[in-house]
Amino acid sequence: MPAEFYYGVEVFLNGLMAGVMYSLVALGFVLIFKASGIFNYAQGVMALFAAMTLVGFQNGQIPFAHLINAALGTEVHHFGWTLPAFVAIIMTLGVMLIFAFLVEKFVLKHLVNQEPIILFMATIGLAYFMEGFGDLMWNSDVKRLDVGIPKGGNIWVEESTAFLGGEDFYGFYLDSLDISAALIAAVLVGALVAFSQYTKTGRALRAVADDHQAALSVGISLRTIWVIVWAIAGFVALIAGIMWGSKSGVQFSLSLIALKALPVLILGGFTSIPGAIIGGFIIGVGEKMFEFLIGVPFLGGATENWFAYVLAMVFLVFRPQGLFGEKIIERV
Amino acid sequence: MKFKSIAIALALTVSTPAIADLTFPNLTYRTGAFAVSGIPYADGFADYMTLLNERDGGIGGEKVNYIECETQYKVEKGVECYENTKGEGSLVYQPMSTGITYALIPKATSDGIPILSMGYGRTSAANGKVFSHIFNYPANYWVGASVVVKHMLDENGGNIKGKKLALVHLDAAYGREPIPTLEALAKKHGFELTTIPVAYGAEQKSQWLQIRREKHDYVTMWGWGVMNPSAIQEAANIRFPMDKFIGIWWSGSEGDVLPAGDAANGYKSLALHNTGNDFPIYADLKKHVYDKGLASGAGDQSGTVLYNRGIYSAMLVTEAARQAQKKTGKSKISPADMRDAMEAFSIDEARMTALGLPNFAPSFSVSCENHGGNGIAAIQQWDATAKTWKMVTDFIEADMDVISPLIAADSAAYAAENKIKERCG
Repeated sequence: MPAEFYYGVEVFLNGLMAGVMYSLVALGFVLIFKASGIFNYAQGVMALFAAMTLVGFQNGQIPFAHLINAALGTEVHHFGWTLPAFVAIIMTLGVMLIFAFLVEKFVLKHLVNQEPIILFMATIGLAYFMEGFGDLMWNSDVKRLDVGIPKGGNIWVEESTAFLGGEDFYGFYLDSLDISAALIAAVLVGALVAFSQYTKTGRALRAVADDHQAALSVGISLRTIWVIVWAIAGFVALIAGIMWGSKSGVQFSLSLIALKALPVLILGGFTSIPGAIIGGFIIGVGEKMFEFLIGVPFLGGATENWFAYVLAMVFLVFRPQGLFGEKIIERV
Repeated sequence: MKFKSIAIALALTVSTPAIADLTFPNLTYRTGAFAVSGIPYADGFADYMTLLNERDGGIGGEKVNYIECETQYKVEKGVECYENTKGEGSLVYQPMSTGITYALIPKATSDGIPILSMGYGRTSAANGKVFSHIFNYPANYWVGASVVVKHMLDENGGNIKGKKLALVHLDAAYGREPIPTLEALAKKHGFELTTIPVAYGAEQKSQWLQIRREKHDYVTMWGWGVMNPSAIQEAANIRFPMDKFIGIWWSGSEGDVLPAGDAANGYKSLALHNTGNDFPIYADLKKHVYDKGLASGAGDQSGTVLYNRGIYSAMLVTEAARQAQKKTGKSKISPADMRDAMEAFSIDEARMTALGLPNFAPSFSVSCENHGGNGIAAIQQWDATAKTWKMVTDFIEADMDVISPLIAADSAAYAAENKIKERCG
């Protein structure tokens, strides 16, 4: 086989890995949309906020230090200690839980029975609020995130496959971080499916997703469910924040990863957890293979941004509900 | 209560009419996607202006009126800022964005207000015969591209025939700026150039797999924002030799290298000026600005690359104002006086030493024909252990034999399109 064939296989594998990273973001959207019908515009900012909080705890940063210094004339920035990644992750989960509670109390509670567009607008407001709040709490510096996940080309994969393509071929390149992301995503999806299938809360969650009114009539508390869903979405946002933050640092642009999740959602459907994963794979592989086979040789490259959206648009024409989404039938 | 007092004080500060006479607006971005780069630059700029007021009582007896306007790095907001502040006697604009600079070129020219786009903006604006009010000294993107190639030549005994250079660039006007120069230089020196655009900064897997496949000898980068740390991380991932990876001066600040940790060690970037806070001016800043609680922002950016760039940028315009005062014999100068002074501007090592900035930046001069300065830049390298940048070359002169005809051609096209008659006759 010529080296070019193996390069194609390498691009395909890396596309799958990129797809996993997109899916991690898309999952958070799916969870909230499925349970409450809200398209959560703030999901990307939640990932950023969670990652900032994690780094802040890890580095012993004092929250709101600039505000404290401006108000009191002090010069405090750090507590002087660092925390192990595991402890910091647990503490961040606590913050995301409090966040979910506050969102329900101050935003969602007041918008029960409102149109989806109103709820969507509320999440836009929430996103802007969190952008500023995150900066105020942890400042806007670029932060290095290291929770011990290995990074860089996986040497074992490289060396074990180097014999395939002759002298020009170094072996398949796979980023260790991406491999970890794939494993984490598999565990996460498994856990989410098990939670929704086999726990009482999970079944209540599915009941709310199926029919709000019917769920309420059998005594399920909508408000509690919303807190749980937003807390789980916060947890997923933290995972996405850790993986993307480990790649390129924790900074504002992390919130823009939400843009990469949109085509994934359109493809996979807004209500399907497996759909988010499959959609991620299709987008990841599609954009990488298109760039490799057509983008670079014929179009000058940089096709990845628009290709994902064009693919999503084509899907919208033939299957508006996505691959695994529920077909919405509204009777007049 | 404390917050209430701060709010009242803030409101008073904002509403008090400016009484100073030399107005320097600064279009900043302290919020939004690029705040991480905008904040240190804005802090350095503001602290230098505060220093002049606190230590010297302003410039030539006139207080400095420093106006900050938030653009979020968005062109429409930049234009809005310009329109809102030009009536305040603004002497010169520094848009801090190539896009905003492009939008302001015709407006500022027609309003008679000069623009200094230091190391960004429209490269061919270096031709003062066409761009009467636009200055881009001390260096522009084409100078940067040429200095990268000169550095390659220096490392390879003057022969880079057959070498492979990849330009990884943001797929935007800014990122595409160096392509004509690099193409001309590739023809001249016989190296192979591959341009690799990046559409979405945080995800560059395809681009770096291409570099890994095609086995480039060098990579240069025109990146901004999240694209920079992502590229450095990806380069480290494919084990590309970091000392063969050279970014433009907008891809060479602390925020670009810190996320990659030790993997960024040895990464190089172009530099317009020296780095760190080992300069006498920092003692003055401490005494007259920091210790008085007058530092801009959180006061935690001192000595970073972009903070120093803010200082340098502020120094260049205030020195031009000083030269304008000297030339006209009046302390209250107009934008027209400022433009004339910028066109005759020169700065040397003796003056920069007197300003507390010895060995900080190159000496250069400007003329009616040449608004771009002498076209020189240096190379700095990141030391991940010490977490500092170090200059590893002297300031290197660009290959003006290649650049000058490109500037002439591009500016001639602009002149023809806008029916501009060449000046400096």
